[in-house]
Amino acid sequence: MTLIDLANPTKFLSLTARVLPWLAGATAILLLIGFYQAAMAPDDYQQGATAKIMFVHVPNAWLAMFVWGVMSIAALGTLVWRHPLADVAAKAAVPIGAAFTFLALVTGSLWGRPMWGTYWEWDARMTSVLILFLMYLGLMALWRAVDDPSRAARAAAVLTLVGAINLPIIKFSVDWWNTLHQPAAVLRMGGTSLDKAFLIPLLVMAVGFSLLFVTLHLAAMRNEILRRRVRSLQMMQASQQAA
Amino acid sequence: MRLSGRHIDCIRGGREVFFGLDFEASSGQALAVVGPNGSGKTSLLRLIAGLLVPAGGSVSLEGGEAELTLPEQSHYLGHRDAMKPALSVAENLSFWRDFLGGAAGDLGRCLSAVGLAHATHLPAAYLSAGQRRRLSIARLLVVRRPVWLLDEPTSALDTAGQDLFVGVMREHLAGGGIIVAATHSPLGIETRELRMGGGK
Amino acid sequence: MTALAALIRRDIKIALRVGGGALIGVLFFLTVTVLMPFAIGPDLALLTRLGPAILWLGALLASLLTLDRLFTADHEDGSLDLIVMGRAPLELACAAKALAHWLAAGVPLIVATPVLGLLLNLDATATSAVALTLLVGTPALTFTGMIGAALAVTLHRGGLLLAVLVLPLSIPVLIFGVAASQAAITGPLSFGTPFSILCALSLVSLVVGPFAAAASLRHGLD
Repeated sequence: MTLIDLANPTKFLSLTARVLPWLAGATAILLLIGFYQAAMAPDDYQQGATAKIMFVHVPNAWLAMFVWGVMSIAALGTLVWRHPLADVAAKAAVPIGAAFTFLALVTGSLWGRPMWGTYWEWDARMTSVLILFLMYLGLMALWRAVDDPSRAARAAAVLTLVGAINLPIIKFSVDWWNTLHQPAAVLRMGGTSLDKAFLIPLLVMAVGFSLLFVTLHLAAMRNEILRRRVRSLQMMQASQQAA
Repeated sequence: MRLSGRHIDCIRGGREVFFGLDFEASSGQALAVVGPNGSGKTSLLRLIAGLLVPAGGSVSLEGGEAELTLPEQSHYLGHRDAMKPALSVAENLSFWRDFLGGAAGDLGRCLSAVGLAHATHLPAAYLSAGQRRRLSIARLLVVRRPVWLLDEPTSALDTAGQDLFVGVMREHLAGGGIIVAATHSPLGIETRELRMGGGK
Repeated sequence: MTALAALIRRDIKIALRVGGGALIGVLFFLTVTVLMPFAIGPDLALLTRLGPAILWLGALLASLLTLDRLFTADHEDGSLDLIVMGRAPLELACAAKALAHWLAAGVPLIVATPVLGLLLNLDATATSAVALTLLVGTPALTFTGMIGAALAVTLHRGGLLLAVLVLPLSIPVLIFGVAASQAAITGPLSFGTPFSILCALSLVSLVVGPFAAAASLRHGLD
């Protein structure tokens, strides 16, 4: 089966139906190993056990940006190649990416609480993640605001690519803004160099969460394809009854 | 010059409007697109105008200017008039002349040809629906483009306006132009007919 | 070239004649600036310190809200179809419309800044700094906002959704605009650095905005 066959939604459905249980299994195993290793890892000398939230926070933050990258590639698929599955891939990824971003915010906030004394401090990295979250929400609103799926896909594709271009600019600006207003930044998250004991669990968690994204994404894409089929059938029924 | 479409498929909003359509029109010919509502008459015109992308097939113009695309050699007269109420009649027309690339200085003649010379400096807001339609027709005159895509062109016009427009269309065809018009009623000129099916 | 000049001239004419157009933006700017002391309190020292930020926020919101109709007005009366069929590339046509909008709606904001600076107890240095950063930064706001304005054509409704989409993209301009103003006033940092970054942001938006807007419009007309 060649790669181009994947473009066919029916083939995609049958392929993912076979692959998905294995992916789900692999995800579960990796995450279990990761959580176990994280629990077994030594406490940070400065932050104590709370530093272990990092094992969830860092992969989620990384995924938040990675998912936007996946959506950008899907956006190119929609605009440049008009690939049939690109629309579906883009739409399915948005809520998942938003969820990862939200988790990154929550875990980051909980991590920071013992250090800062507040649940939120406008530090550069967390603020960038917050803006990314707003952009995800805006994109979700855009998808819902347009009825016609193909027009929605194209509008969302443009916004996704514009967002992708702007993300480095926003990150740079927020970093700059932060140093301007807090010249005496004391504790930085993840600032200390990572010990090997921390690195392996972190990598396992990163791969585990990435697999989680792939699993959820493929499942969501399947649902979206089925949803569109229902819509087509309903439209055909409507035009038949009118005739 | 020949305008032709081959195996055109049109899908709008997930619904297949028409499938495998072929048509052809040569210099001096008018094609009347007829059919029930929803059969894709407007979609076909917008497709030729480049405002819609076909799901399959293609439209081409042979014998036109090689460096220009088909939309750049077409006039599209849709349901809406594309005239700004805040601008005067002359300002509206001169804008389209400048933007679409017509020769300078033809305004007065075009406005007289559609019977709007008396309203040249009045704000377009003061025109009636029929007069606005005539102003849109003046736009077709002020910039010369070989292909005219007309969507129910006579709908807002009174009898006098319709006679006027028949004259305008005849002149265009006599000059070697092509007309593709979606219409419910006879246009008043000789046309070949393209019948659109009942949709699907 | 006459085609684009004609487009700019037409848009400016309409903006100046139609009641809502350009000056409503200035009125909104004034209103927002006047609202701030009611929320913050008439403490002059505090207002002076917050002045550049208040003016920048007001200008940001004012340009965003006037951008709503940039393309939808032409879409509604069928002009957009014809603009797409013109000889000028759609990207340049979009850029021309944005330029016309900035001239008609953005420049008045800059002109209004000295007056509003008085309300916020800003001295001449501060006011000129803010006005200069607005001069350089409002094009970025317009050319970034036009992306949302183009998407609004597909949406058939702009308003709040438009703002939600465009505001995150405007954050860098806001950061550097205010920073440059502050630098000119208090000066722990040189004025040059944030100001040049602000110029760079405007230049980038001059390219990205029209391309993104044209892409949305082309696909949104289906």
